[in-house]
Amino acid sequence: MPRYFTDEHEWIDVEGDSATVGITDYAQEQLGDIVFVELPDVGAVIDKGKDAAVVESVKAASDVYAPISGEITETNSSLEDDPALVNSSPEEDGWFFRLTISDTSELEGLMDDKAYKTFVESL
Amino acid sequence: MRYLPLTDTDRADMLAKIGASSIDDLFVDVPAVAQLDGPIHDLPMHASEMAVERHMKSRAGKNLAAGDAPFFLGAGAYRHHVPASVDTVIQRGEFLTAYTPYQPEIAQGTLQMLFEFQTQVARLYGCAVANASLYDGSTACWEAVAMATRLTRRKRAVLSGALHPHYAQVVKTMAQFTGDDIADAQPAIQTEPDLEGLISRIDEETACVVVQYPDILGRISDLSKVAEAAHAKGALLVAVNTEPVALGAIKSPGELGADIVVGEGQSIGVGLQFGGPYLGLFAVRDPKHVRQMPGRLCGETTDAEGKRGFVLTLSTREQHIRREKATSNICTNSGLCALAFSVHMTLLGEKGIRELAAENHRLACLTADRLERVPGVTLLNNAFFNEFTVMLDGKPAREVVRDLADRGVLGGVSLGRLYPGVQALENALLVAVTETTTEEDIDRLATELHDVLAAAQAKEPAQ
Amino acid sequence: MNAPNKSGWKPAMQVSEDGLHNGPSTTTGNRALMLEEPLIFEIGHSQTTGVDLPEIDDGAPTRLAGLERSEPIGLVGLTEPETVRHYTRLSRQNYGIDLGFFPLGSCTMKHNPRLNEKMARLPGFADIHPLAPQQSVQGALQVIHELGDWLCKLTGMPSVAMSPKAGAHGELCGILAIRAAHTARGDARKVVLVPESAHGTNPATAAFAGYEVEDIPATAEGRVDVAKLKERLGPDVAGVMITNPNTCGLFEKDFREIADAVHDAGGYVYCDGANFNAIVGRVRPGDLGVDAMHINLHKTFSTPHGGGGPGSGPVVFSEALAPYAPLPFVKKSDAGEYHLVEEEDGDECGPTFGRMTAFHGQMGMFTRALTYMLSHGADGLKQVAEDAVLNANYVLRGLEDILHAPFADSGPCMHEALFGDKDFGGGLSTLDLAKALIDEGFHPMTVYFPLVVHGAMLVEPTETESKASLDQFITAFRSVTERALAGDESMKQAPYYAPRRRLDETAAARKPKLAWSEPE
Repeated sequence: MPRYFTDEHEWIDVEGDSATVGITDYAQEQLGDIVFVELPDVGAVIDKGKDAAVVESVKAASDVYAPISGEITETNSSLEDDPALVNSSPEEDGWFFRLTISDTSELEGLMDDKAYKTFVESL
Repeated sequence: MRYLPLTDTDRADMLAKIGASSIDDLFVDVPAVAQLDGPIHDLPMHASEMAVERHMKSRAGKNLAAGDAPFFLGAGAYRHHVPASVDTVIQRGEFLTAYTPYQPEIAQGTLQMLFEFQTQVARLYGCAVANASLYDGSTACWEAVAMATRLTRRKRAVLSGALHPHYAQVVKTMAQFTGDDIADAQPAIQTEPDLEGLISRIDEETACVVVQYPDILGRISDLSKVAEAAHAKGALLVAVNTEPVALGAIKSPGELGADIVVGEGQSIGVGLQFGGPYLGLFAVRDPKHVRQMPGRLCGETTDAEGKRGFVLTLSTREQHIRREKATSNICTNSGLCALAFSVHMTLLGEKGIRELAAENHRLACLTADRLERVPGVTLLNNAFFNEFTVMLDGKPAREVVRDLADRGVLGGVSLGRLYPGVQALENALLVAVTETTTEEDIDRLATELHDVLAAAQAKEPAQ
Repeated sequence: MNAPNKSGWKPAMQVSEDGLHNGPSTTTGNRALMLEEPLIFEIGHSQTTGVDLPEIDDGAPTRLAGLERSEPIGLVGLTEPETVRHYTRLSRQNYGIDLGFFPLGSCTMKHNPRLNEKMARLPGFADIHPLAPQQSVQGALQVIHELGDWLCKLTGMPSVAMSPKAGAHGELCGILAIRAAHTARGDARKVVLVPESAHGTNPATAAFAGYEVEDIPATAEGRVDVAKLKERLGPDVAGVMITNPNTCGLFEKDFREIADAVHDAGGYVYCDGANFNAIVGRVRPGDLGVDAMHINLHKTFSTPHGGGGPGSGPVVFSEALAPYAPLPFVKKSDAGEYHLVEEEDGDECGPTFGRMTAFHGQMGMFTRALTYMLSHGADGLKQVAEDAVLNANYVLRGLEDILHAPFADSGPCMHEALFGDKDFGGGLSTLDLAKALIDEGFHPMTVYFPLVVHGAMLVEPTETESKASLDQFITAFRSVTERALAGDESMKQAPYYAPRRRLDETAAARKPKLAWSEPE
């Protein structure tokens, strides 16, 4: 299952036309203690590059942009009670939402694990 | 100048330290076109405490204070007795001269008070959570509509015709700019509010229906029917209360199914003050809705030593963090009025608020009975709390109010003033009665009203 | 300037081995004058009351539509002595201007004269109803008119709207008038330009009024980038919102040029008047081309902040925007009588954008502000601005050698001095310095605002501080700065001596507890 990364510090796991999205360990580190995650509604259609979720620390609210376009099929309900999962397990249990990809060509140009690592080091 | 501690010697020393030759050096960035050569013309020079007091007293003396006349005005602002200790507490410098509690370690006084206030308001309203206050009831009403549109993602608000007209106007003013669709109406002169008519206006596009309880004519109706109808269409019920004392006698809007309850808190602790500052109350029944609430919220936590303490929380909803995506642009709330409310409510307690409400209602019933015996006066309401509507024969209520004022009686609020130009409402007078009303006041109102109406009727055939 | 106060006196301080000031724990949790206080719900009772009212006659007839509140409300009461003690104890956990120096930048925490309080409580002001027959409240209407006149003259503007309830409400009033003016000429503009150093209320307000908000960058010297702003002007720009003096504490010297350019492009100029204290009585914004500006009476005109309001935000308007001002407003007749214009359809009303609030504004704040203005007069208000600016420059020059002051070379500051957290050691931050200042007995300055400076610290002393007070503050500020530069780890746990240590804001936000509930 290939994992892609964006320069907005999101990760995307792709399986067929389905994708799971979250934020990277680097992102959670920058944001500090996460206190709330606002997730999209199931069934919502999101466009690449547009607001899809909001992640909040005590003093900041950051938009999470949709890394690819598609229709939301599932959101991570455990974040409702335990937003700290984003801090403790950002790239596994702290995933945000799943979607059906509307255009797989949008995956082109995203980074792989190695490229993202280099990207983060350059920051 | 008694408020300025710097002496001329200080000023000279400080300028020298800064390296400026005169104060003008510090204003060099002001362009020449805007530099004034001296104090602004046409304004007086500084004055002593005594002189200022004389000036202000000359203004105050031209007003007829409510306490100096039989007084029956309401319509969203009510005269209640405020215990002396309320004013003593709010004048303590640590409350009066504090800022918004952004440094919680040295603002626990304000924060704990706000936590207690939020709890008091939530319980009075029958809700789960209340915020730390908004400007006043009318702006809180608009914030409720805006919150309902965010929660439902619908754009249409249905306003009851019996919502305070100023509140309706504020909502309509704001909605012009947000693009929300506001359906409003005027109150019909009926003994009972037209709930069926209101319900028939709710549809699948409706974000919320806004109902005042008790309503602008003083009527009380069972909101649960409206709540059910709204919920059936996926809409929210916003209940507006302008007289919190009423909730010591009648069921809370939350108990009747309102989703957002807002109102004016002025009655408790704040005083009339010619319309402001007042106290906007805002509460929600479902704690899940809290992240869409406007305004400040105080929450409980612990400090580094494990002691209980309080902080402003969920601030990411607010303008100073969220900027253009904030739930509201509100910044300052009504902190000191919230304190006054909370102190008064603490003095009252459950027993006191119930007794206060009962006394208001008893005197209002007495007044209604007494006025009904005046020829030319008809009581409209079947039910009311401490305010009701009477219909006057022979003369517009607006003129009657002026005539009564000429006779030293502040006799009520005419619907003609609230709904200018609406003929059907011209002869309606709103009469409010509180624990401050005496039986002599009631007699006096009845007598003077009798004389004013009799004089009008005597004149009528000649016209 | 190194003395902790004028005489050099300070008490000796016992410090234990761990560098702290500990004594044995007490049974009550109290620490002498610092008394812990439970919540009213933990000490009150549903049957206790501090108000004597007639007992309820259960047999009395009611006309409540059968909606009697039968379930317990859940409120508790205290008697008067218990109530007074509860709130007195709470009050002592608060910092206020009455207690000490409160240099909160952009908030203008000046002394609140007590004459203001006394005048606002005259029954002729405090005990009158907003809808009282106008013949019975001529003095109140006169005060509103008189205060409006002062505001117009002080700002050099022809018109004023008195009803906005606070600064942010005033901003909304100004922006709605701008939008109404564009709409009236059929010009649907979409964008409002806001400098990145602006208060958060500016973009929030513009967005609320239906505008798209675009940032204008600042120059390296801390002012609006005029070239970039001019470049962006065009037929889609409704106006600009600029704070002057700005939140970096600097006067926008090109304001007139900006205003002219905006007007030439068909837009309007909104000035955020939050910082009017720096120029009151000395500079009139009307001379700089402003179309609308709100005035925070609780900042410049000394009405109390009250732990977060109430405020009051009258808005002055240019000729171009005046007709769109909100209802209601006070008019004076040729015969010298005052009346309220409340009706949209009346002959006296222009194309108003409507009503922003029930009733006529914050009367209780109007009486206080007018009392203050009369006390100072035109000469005193000018002195207010001058002393406020002098005090801020004194602080700026007293700290710039030790603390990063990004705009110290941009000329004199106005009413506030801006610093950053550059070169702090040991991972210490602005927050740590602020908390250490609390231990020194000061309220911290505004922190992390404006956003254009890293770890911003915005110090606004106001004119009501004495030189001795400033000297003591500078001495204390220098000492905590030195500790921060040296990376003094103990600052991370400050404050040590406040009623509470640092509070866990993360826990508060993750599991919000916003009301008291009975223990299970």
